[in-house]
Amino acid sequence: MSGLAALLERDIRLAVRLGGGAPMGVLFFLIVVTLVPFALGPDLALLRRIGPAILWLGALLASLLALDRLFAADHEDGSLDLILMSSVSLELAVATKALAHWITTGLPLVIAVPVLALFLGLEPWTMGAVALTLLVGTPALTFIGTVGAALAVTLRRGGLILAILVLPLTIPVLIFGVAAANSAAVGPVPFGAPFTILCGLTLISFVIGPFAAAAALRHGLE
Amino acid sequence: MPLLDLANPSRFLSLVDRVLPWLVVATVAVFAIGLYQALLVAPDDYQQGATVKIMFIHVPNAWLAMFCWVVMSIAALGTLVWRHPLADVAAKAAAPLGAAFTFLCLLTGSLWGRPMWGAYWVWDGRLTSVLVLFIMYLAVLALWRTVEDPSRAARAAAILTLVGAINLPIIKFSVDWWATLHQPASVMRLGAPTIHSSILVPLLIMGLAFMLLFLTLHLAAMRNEILRRRVRTLRLMQAQAGA
Amino acid sequence: MHLGPYAGFIIAAYAVALAVVAGLIGWIIADHRAQMRTLHDLETRGISRRSSTREVA
Repeated sequence: MSGLAALLERDIRLAVRLGGGAPMGVLFFLIVVTLVPFALGPDLALLRRIGPAILWLGALLASLLALDRLFAADHEDGSLDLILMSSVSLELAVATKALAHWITTGLPLVIAVPVLALFLGLEPWTMGAVALTLLVGTPALTFIGTVGAALAVTLRRGGLILAILVLPLTIPVLIFGVAAANSAAVGPVPFGAPFTILCGLTLISFVIGPFAAAAALRHGLE
Repeated sequence: MPLLDLANPSRFLSLVDRVLPWLVVATVAVFAIGLYQALLVAPDDYQQGATVKIMFIHVPNAWLAMFCWVVMSIAALGTLVWRHPLADVAAKAAAPLGAAFTFLCLLTGSLWGRPMWGAYWVWDGRLTSVLVLFIMYLAVLALWRTVEDPSRAARAAAILTLVGAINLPIIKFSVDWWATLHQPASVMRLGAPTIHSSILVPLLIMGLAFMLLFLTLHLAAMRNEILRRRVRTLRLMQAQAGA
Repeated sequence: MHLGPYAGFIIAAYAVALAVVAGLIGWIIADHRAQMRTLHDLETRGISRRSSTREVA
């Protein structure tokens, strides 16, 4: 267990020191949220109505862009091979790396939501709902993303194919995340139903993600 | 030639050491006068009441936001065209300052907007342009952090800065056009308060105060950057000597 | 000083400006101290630049 704790600490330290993940992810999130009014017009009433959707899409894309740094650095300097060869279960190692990745790139996105919600004129209640659904949903995005990152690890310019692999898989999370956030604001559907399903999806991703990613790594690196 | 003299970092450092205390005194003095004028002397606007006092912070920061990019652009030319050694340092030191003043402009604008239009943020032409400027400052900062080698980072940042300098007027024009294209339900305008001398004078004094603040902070930050590069050089020497 | 019904916003604006400026000043001073400390550190260990007259240990 202490091996995994060490891996977690190492990954978090590296991510913080390199500094690329969190600030750039949040900056990208901000840019996406800014782009939408340029495309749609500054109608605050419209922005308020689609606000939760914009925030979810922005967070989804920002999560996606950060994914290629999950395995890439370790693959390049050989640490990934060491992890594969070690006695630690690869599935658990992948889950640990995914957790570190979420803490350093996914969680900051959630923290940025209140500020970005301000730009879209969301009510505090809606802002809270979006933040909560993203808090539950971004881990799912990360863990599902590890599958794509693992599949693409040996590819040099893996960026686009990573997106193509991961995005369809994230659709259920997006659907129920936005539904839950919206229902808290407008709510023909009560918040509880989609939110519970969102939680379920996240829990499933905790299992499927590491197993599939581990299998992908084994096949990709042998 | 004095500019070439300044090219020597050591001489620049001693110049900063001598000048900085005076700049600090001047900055504090002008701020004291400015704040007194802004808070106690300036009258309320007949439309906006006392909230016009926020303008004395908001507008000077808007000026600084644009001025810093100009400073960075001149430094960028220094880096790319003349290879002036202090140009890199000047550019790097100005970036976080510019970002901070732009941020302050946005924040005070938002606080001004809430009583004025009832919303903390509206997508009107001017505010939106400043938001884009803020994002571009963050982009330059990201570039400085991402490229490891200092001189390569300086050249990359210089190119981005100059491209930004050309683009910013274009962006401003486009955003203004976009803002007029979509007339919101209630016409929201950042109505310029009736500018007459009782409001203009405090504004200009505060403007001067902030400008002096920038000058002080910029020189101090440049000094830090020069010291930081010295540390880096020494560390590299240390590593090479196998110490 | 009568700040009117929106006094809170005015105070908030000035307070936030003060906070940001104080933050910048604090960062620059702290950075200066850190660099001077590191330079002093390196110098006492005998590592110096070509232009200074100390010999490298």
